[in-house]
Amino acid sequence: MSAVDPRQELAARLGLSDAPRPSFTSPDALVSALAQHDYLASPEIGAITYLADRLAKPVLVEGPAGTGKTALAKAVADATGARLIRLQCYEGLDESKALYEWNYRKQLLRIQAASDDEASWDRLEGDIFSPDFLLTRPLLEAIRSTEPVVLLIDEIDRVELETEALLLEILSEYQVSIPELGTVKATQIPMVFLTSNATRELSEALKRRCLYLFVDYPSVQRERDIILQRVPGITSVLAQHVASVVYALRSMDLKKSPSVSETLDWARTLVILGKEELDDDFVVSTLHILLKHQSDIAKATRELRRTNGA
Amino acid sequence: MLELLSGFVAELRTAGVPVSMGEHVDAAHALSVIDLGDRDAMRLGLRAALVKRSDYQAAFDRTFALYFATRRTPDEIATTQTASAPESPETSTTPSERSASGSEMVQQIADAIASGNLRDQREMASLAVDRFAGIEAGRPVGAAYYLYRTMRQLRIDEVEAQLRSGHEVLSPLEQRIADEVVTDQLAQFREFVEGEIMEQLIEDRGVAEMVAASRTSMLEDIDVMQANRDELERLERALVPLSRKMAARLAQKRRRRRRGPLDMRRTMRESLSTGGVPIDVRFRPPHPTKPELVILADMSGSVASFARFTLLLVHALNNEFSKVRSFVFVDGVDEVTQFFDEDDPTVAADRIVSEANMIAADGHSDYGLAFTHFAARYLDALSPRATLLVLGDARSNYHPACADTFDALTRKVRRTYWLNPEPQSYWESGDSVLSQYATYCDDVFECRTLRQLEAFVMGLK
Repeated sequence: MSAVDPRQELAARLGLSDAPRPSFTSPDALVSALAQHDYLASPEIGAITYLADRLAKPVLVEGPAGTGKTALAKAVADATGARLIRLQCYEGLDESKALYEWNYRKQLLRIQAASDDEASWDRLEGDIFSPDFLLTRPLLEAIRSTEPVVLLIDEIDRVELETEALLLEILSEYQVSIPELGTVKATQIPMVFLTSNATRELSEALKRRCLYLFVDYPSVQRERDIILQRVPGITSVLAQHVASVVYALRSMDLKKSPSVSETLDWARTLVILGKEELDDDFVVSTLHILLKHQSDIAKATRELRRTNGA
Repeated sequence: MLELLSGFVAELRTAGVPVSMGEHVDAAHALSVIDLGDRDAMRLGLRAALVKRSDYQAAFDRTFALYFATRRTPDEIATTQTASAPESPETSTTPSERSASGSEMVQQIADAIASGNLRDQREMASLAVDRFAGIEAGRPVGAAYYLYRTMRQLRIDEVEAQLRSGHEVLSPLEQRIADEVVTDQLAQFREFVEGEIMEQLIEDRGVAEMVAASRTSMLEDIDVMQANRDELERLERALVPLSRKMAARLAQKRRRRRRGPLDMRRTMRESLSTGGVPIDVRFRPPHPTKPELVILADMSGSVASFARFTLLLVHALNNEFSKVRSFVFVDGVDEVTQFFDEDDPTVAADRIVSEANMIAADGHSDYGLAFTHFAARYLDALSPRATLLVLGDARSNYHPACADTFDALTRKVRRTYWLNPEPQSYWESGDSVLSQYATYCDDVFECRTLRQLEAFVMGLK
């Protein structure tokens, strides 16, 4: 086994005098640190996030909507006391919104304000392509930051395949090349999370640079614990019941399965309504909190009624 | 360790999981920081570094389970194998009493499962395998056989009945949840038994052979016509997520396939902020084109499962086409578009089989007759904007091909494609008359797997 620590190797490449220490000492420490910030990580999430921190690799978090992918990045930022820098991806996202942009207007003003004499032109040219005229966008911001940051690149599957290429340099080298300025290297090692709902296949180049974490819907026990932690005033019996009902709903073939956040909404509703127990009619009448398609609601109602008759 | 890892990566590649050089290096790095004594941590770490697609994870887990199989330590084997060995006091309460009769065993297993104690369950599983599987050294029988045998002999149906009856009167909702729990618990127990059988087989035959024997193809590479029932079920379950993914990709592709013509007005406006210099050039959005589809599917026995998949997939993608009309035939033709108005596509597919009137003569596929009927009854379905999709093996049971009727049909539409679920090497053998039709098609595709089907639909214009 090679003795070179990946973090130290990266730090040497970035020209840092000493390698920043990993934020967590073990997967268990990570899980308990996240738990203090209201995020209950499964052992898998814990193990892989720890590995990412230890190896200084980005994590690609994939999974259905509403399973806590974004929340994971937020919780890690909270737990490490780092600043969270978030890049929300959308179709049409480009370099000037993700990386950096030259401030045209300011440059024009600077040119207009300059005197007309020839000699000052060279100075001016160097001047308008200096960091003062650079508008930093999230990716460059994360690289230039001197304090620890967690970079969250949210819903990466929404950008076009070509746009993914913007991220490659930052993901593998933790640096950004700006033609007019040169290369900006990271001064710390940021933790990077990319989330994806898997609406499309991401490029091999991107995937190769990341660790892969698939976050599925939680097990009944874990969901119960999440409900207990996030919904104040709920009894553990009711939480268990809520989690089981949601689990049963997810096992039906629905257009859109209820997400964890919808489960929490539902649990909160139950607490507000002062419910201690669930009964069938009540479940049916509040299904619209969990399910957002009319056909899903109809199907779930039918299924619940069908068992009724049996 | 590094050599072991290289062997594992090679094995993954043969199993159809693509692993790049860089990922291999990452995995080696990962191993250097993972506690190697913790098998689960090792599995998760390697998986995160090596596998980047959720549908490959199952293949990874299977390969990992075999390649890094845990051998039972000698004393563990001793406790399960020496029946007469006196139990130590603290384990005497655990259910590893060899003398248990069949019904006691059922009771013990049910208790272990109901208690949710995984250690007990694992122990029961290994006990059951020792007792019932009857693994014979050197006998080349698959693990599935031993699994079946063990599960039957330990009377798993009785265990299930016991678990299900264990509850007092419940509300229907609670009943449903309880059922769900039992199903999951049984699946888990089954996994334990399977794992135990695998371990014993590995002890018998060695890792390499077991790995080789258990190689299964990826879901999208399963030949639809050769698939067994289990595989068909898995395929059908994969269709809905696949169609969702494809819809998103098709929509995205359509939106940015071409840039529209230059938008002078917006370019000028944009240039105002840069002192009249048009730095950003603006284009009009392209005009979306959605193809219109007419599907003509052979539903005769040999290719029915393939036709079913294609119909399900295309109708799941309904929104991506401006219009879809589906027809099925054997030797007569019937329209089935209306069945898919129902919200559940699998119900629709079942109704096609039971309700569509696709047999006109003797119930053996007759392409010529079917095309003639189609031309007579549904010619209005074809238009110059439509794409005609024929699904079938073109095995016409030596009936006349009526290729000129087919020619007339293809002239009515913009494009005609033929999807053949048979391997290309079988085309034109026996009663296949594909070549007579192929001349009038824009293209003919071999379409045996989900992957090929997906590629075809994605390329459809």
